[in-house]
Amino acid sequence: MLEVKDLDVFYGGIHALKGINFEINEGEIVTLIGSNGAGKTTILNVISGVVKQKNGDVIFQNEKINNLTTEKIVELGIIHVPEGRRIFTALNVEENLLMGAYLRNDKKEIQEDLENVYELFPRLRERRTQMGGTLSGGEQQMLAIGRALMSKPRLLMLDEPSMGLAPIIVQEIYETIEKLNEERNLTVLLVEQNANLALQVAHQAYVIETGEIVLQGTGRELLGDDRVRKAYLGEE
Amino acid sequence: MFLEQLSNGIALGSLYALTAVGYTMVYGIIRLINFAHGDIYMMGAFFTYTAIVYFNLPLVPSFIIGMACAALLGVLIAKFAYTPVFKAPKINLFLCAIGMAIFLENFAMLLWGPETQSFPTIIQNQIYTFGGLKFTKLQAVILLISIFLALVLSYIVKKTKIGRAMRCASQDMVAARLMGINTNKIVFITFALGSALGAAAGTLVAMYYKAVYPMMGFSAGLKAFVAAVIGGIGSITGAMFGGLIMGVVESLGAAYISSGYRDAIAFIILIIILLFKPTGLFGKTVKEKV
Repeated sequence: MLEVKDLDVFYGGIHALKGINFEINEGEIVTLIGSNGAGKTTILNVISGVVKQKNGDVIFQNEKINNLTTEKIVELGIIHVPEGRRIFTALNVEENLLMGAYLRNDKKEIQEDLENVYELFPRLRERRTQMGGTLSGGEQQMLAIGRALMSKPRLLMLDEPSMGLAPIIVQEIYETIEKLNEERNLTVLLVEQNANLALQVAHQAYVIETGEIVLQGTGRELLGDDRVRKAYLGEE
Repeated sequence: MFLEQLSNGIALGSLYALTAVGYTMVYGIIRLINFAHGDIYMMGAFFTYTAIVYFNLPLVPSFIIGMACAALLGVLIAKFAYTPVFKAPKINLFLCAIGMAIFLENFAMLLWGPETQSFPTIIQNQIYTFGGLKFTKLQAVILLISIFLALVLSYIVKKTKIGRAMRCASQDMVAARLMGINTNKIVFITFALGSALGAAAGTLVAMYYKAVYPMMGFSAGLKAFVAAVIGGIGSITGAMFGGLIMGVVESLGAAYISSGYRDAIAFIILIIILLFKPTGLFGKTVKEKV
């Protein structure tokens, strides 16, 4: 479904991504794990067109999307839930969700999808007229995911959905991600620092270190890998 | 005299408010104090003046032409002068705006001459009384047009899809882009709206004082900027209140203290308000949840 080929990105003189290659098949959850500053977020930014690469291609459903604007990329069905959620704090919950459907004009279906999101996250329905900024961190994450779903994505990219949240909320978010994947066959690209969690749900996983993929395998394989256990799961 | 000065102040204040809204909208979206805004206001007045005097058009179509030309001018400025330096340090953009202000003033002198032109009297002086307040017909027109434009603007910003996109872009440009919003387009629409409102204010001022001249935007722009800061820059409601407060206090101050202190009074209000509320009346301190 998505193929990233020989991606090179520079920030000024810094070589942030050094020839990244990976693939996502339809219906998979793929995760990129690695420490702070490894380049995980940059990969998502390149795919969503926020950052331009120096070399390499991003291919989505056999079409090069390198030179498309973010607008076009969203239209194709790739949605990026950014790190820190970045919901619109001065818009209410429902307005936030509707922003996710910004490029759509099918009013009826938008209403249906709104209902679906409220079913998925009943707490958002309770708070539909509340300003985004008054929500708790976990609710904001739900809102950010709900907003992304409103764009009818084929590929959902999540950047650190567990960041700063209580473990019980993180659990809930992850259950929802798996549910979306299983029930709606939604393809997910998941960037995480919480490697343990991400590897448990991922079909495919890649470990990124200083701009390079150093390990890859199924989630289960990497969970059992000694190097991963030492470096990312905090085991001796 | 108090009531007379009050209605004077309200009329003047609504003009500051219209101008201040343009500042605050542009600031809200690209964090730029658009120092050329006062000159767009001046150009707007000249456009309307040209339509009336050179093309003999009636007031209403001339007014609309003035606003439309100014909107176009605002978009051209944004596109050719500002967007090329968006990625450079903020100071470059700011200098660009000051340069644009100087350019527009001189461009107007070139086109229409440096001297003050008299703006034709179209609305006759007639006095209306509402309760104890005395309004001239022109003051009433100014007030009504300002209220009408403020309502149109708040409808656009609050109820339309474009308005929602504008609010999103002003809160978080990157997140707005990730929703598929074409943020460049939103920037241009913001400039167009702000400039059109500025042109409306400029034209009304020209009608009020029966004069247009190339430097008319300088002090008006400065004061509208002060009004926007008083209200809390970035907040549209704030800019409207800031403008009204300034107009009223300035008129009363000029009447009871001395008209020589008119401009000083505007800045004194600014200092007092910022002492007690550093973010302005409607400004918010930015909080972030982690």
